[in-house]
Amino acid sequence: MLESFADFFQQFAQENPRWNFIFFYEEKQAGKIWTGLKYTVWLSIACVIFSVIIGVIGAWLQGSNQRIARAVVQGYIQLFRNTPPFVQLLFFYFALGAFTPTYSPDGWLEVPIISNVGWAIISLSFFAGAFNVEIFRAGIEAVPHSTQEASESLGMSRLQTYRYVVLPLALRVSLPALNNNLVNLVKTTTQAFAIAVPELLYQCVTIWNDYPSAQYPAMLLMFVVYIGMVGILVFGMSRWERALRIPGYGK
Amino acid sequence: MTANSTWTPDQPIVSIKNVQKSFGDFQVLKGIDMDIQKGEVICIIGPSGSGKSTLIRCINALNDIQGGSIKVEGQEVHDPDLDKLELRKKVGMVFQQYNLFPHKTVLQNIMMAPVLVLKENKAEVEERARSLVKKVRLGGKEDAYPGELSGGQQQRVAIARSLAMRPDIMLFDEVTAALDPETVKEVLVTIKDLAEDGMTCILVTHEMGFAREVADHIYFTDRGVIVEHGPPNTFFDSAKDERTKLFLSQIL
Repeated sequence: MLESFADFFQQFAQENPRWNFIFFYEEKQAGKIWTGLKYTVWLSIACVIFSVIIGVIGAWLQGSNQRIARAVVQGYIQLFRNTPPFVQLLFFYFALGAFTPTYSPDGWLEVPIISNVGWAIISLSFFAGAFNVEIFRAGIEAVPHSTQEASESLGMSRLQTYRYVVLPLALRVSLPALNNNLVNLVKTTTQAFAIAVPELLYQCVTIWNDYPSAQYPAMLLMFVVYIGMVGILVFGMSRWERALRIPGYGK
Repeated sequence: MTANSTWTPDQPIVSIKNVQKSFGDFQVLKGIDMDIQKGEVICIIGPSGSGKSTLIRCINALNDIQGGSIKVEGQEVHDPDLDKLELRKKVGMVFQQYNLFPHKTVLQNIMMAPVLVLKENKAEVEERARSLVKKVRLGGKEDAYPGELSGGQQQRVAIARSLAMRPDIMLFDEVTAALDPETVKEVLVTIKDLAEDGMTCILVTHEMGFAREVADHIYFTDRGVIVEHGPPNTFFDSAKDERTKLFLSQIL
């Protein structure tokens, strides 16, 4: 079965010289795609998790009594929301990367403690996190002040009120917007290509540099993979949204 | 807590002296004095905007004050060093709009604070919560969400939720004002049960019949001052002040 699958695409490439699906019949190229896929999935999951954590903490700090904390969050949002994520990525890797300490595993090599993958995760998480702060803030503002007062007058601390009352309610309001932002984030991970993170786009480019005939098929593959990944994310998010629905509340 | 140790149950449980409160330039409370003994039921009545709700919100420090003093069990409420959590363990509050947690079931609403704030054993709290649900006559609704209940039912859950903290004092802020007339009674009956059990209750209310029946003392406020106060019979039958008479004639 697999044999005939590979044979089919080899045959297909001979008949259609611009449509060489080389990664379907050559093991080495297939391996590149798998590696790329692994990095893309890993990058997406890490960035989604960290950006949501940044969003939750940022939104909490925005409601803080400390003026400095609020100013820091506001500055962060303005900086990361209003500059191109691509430039942020380059800046993190090249400018900040130059100052990060290195270690030497063998006495000769100097390896930075934060790899390019690390910088990609940091940079993209902070980028998407800035939007998540605003998304959660909108959700928090939709929670009636009187509900928080009730929680406070039961003796709950501000943190408990946030954790058990405000956040669960705000999350329900925020989910559709969060969904959108996370979809964007997953697609933006392709920009890690620029700092040589071996994710899917990077691998595809190396393939089509070696085999120009594989360029269109590789692009096609990218589309299919991203549609699949975003599809899974959206499916998961809408399942979550349904699971959080409360009987008799905000139809 | 040092001030607390000097308080004994024969002294007023809530002592309000010359309380001043402003929102911006607008002075809401202009020198309020009130002494409430343990186990007393107090009704505060008066026209809208007279500062009734503001006053009871000051008692559990939801609002701050600009002058005067409020002591709960001897503890100054508006001491900047006050541990608000300690105060709120002693003082329960029920709101006009119920303010239940819509994402929690009836039982979870009641159990939340005792588990999180008092760090009590979950199984014990659940047992207490179940008996409170029965006490407010909502047996069978333990697993319903607030959105599935009527206003009167939600308000009784809110009362149970407050009681689960075993407060010494309960504040009721116009708790029947948002209810349909036919559900007002079920909430009032619940409060009356509480009062008969000896709970110190401070109510802001427009239910004059209820105030007359249940209250030990009525305060009438208008434009930020206490115009007149007294035991219900004296107050309702032989009010002296013109403003009180006018108000009573309009409302009764």
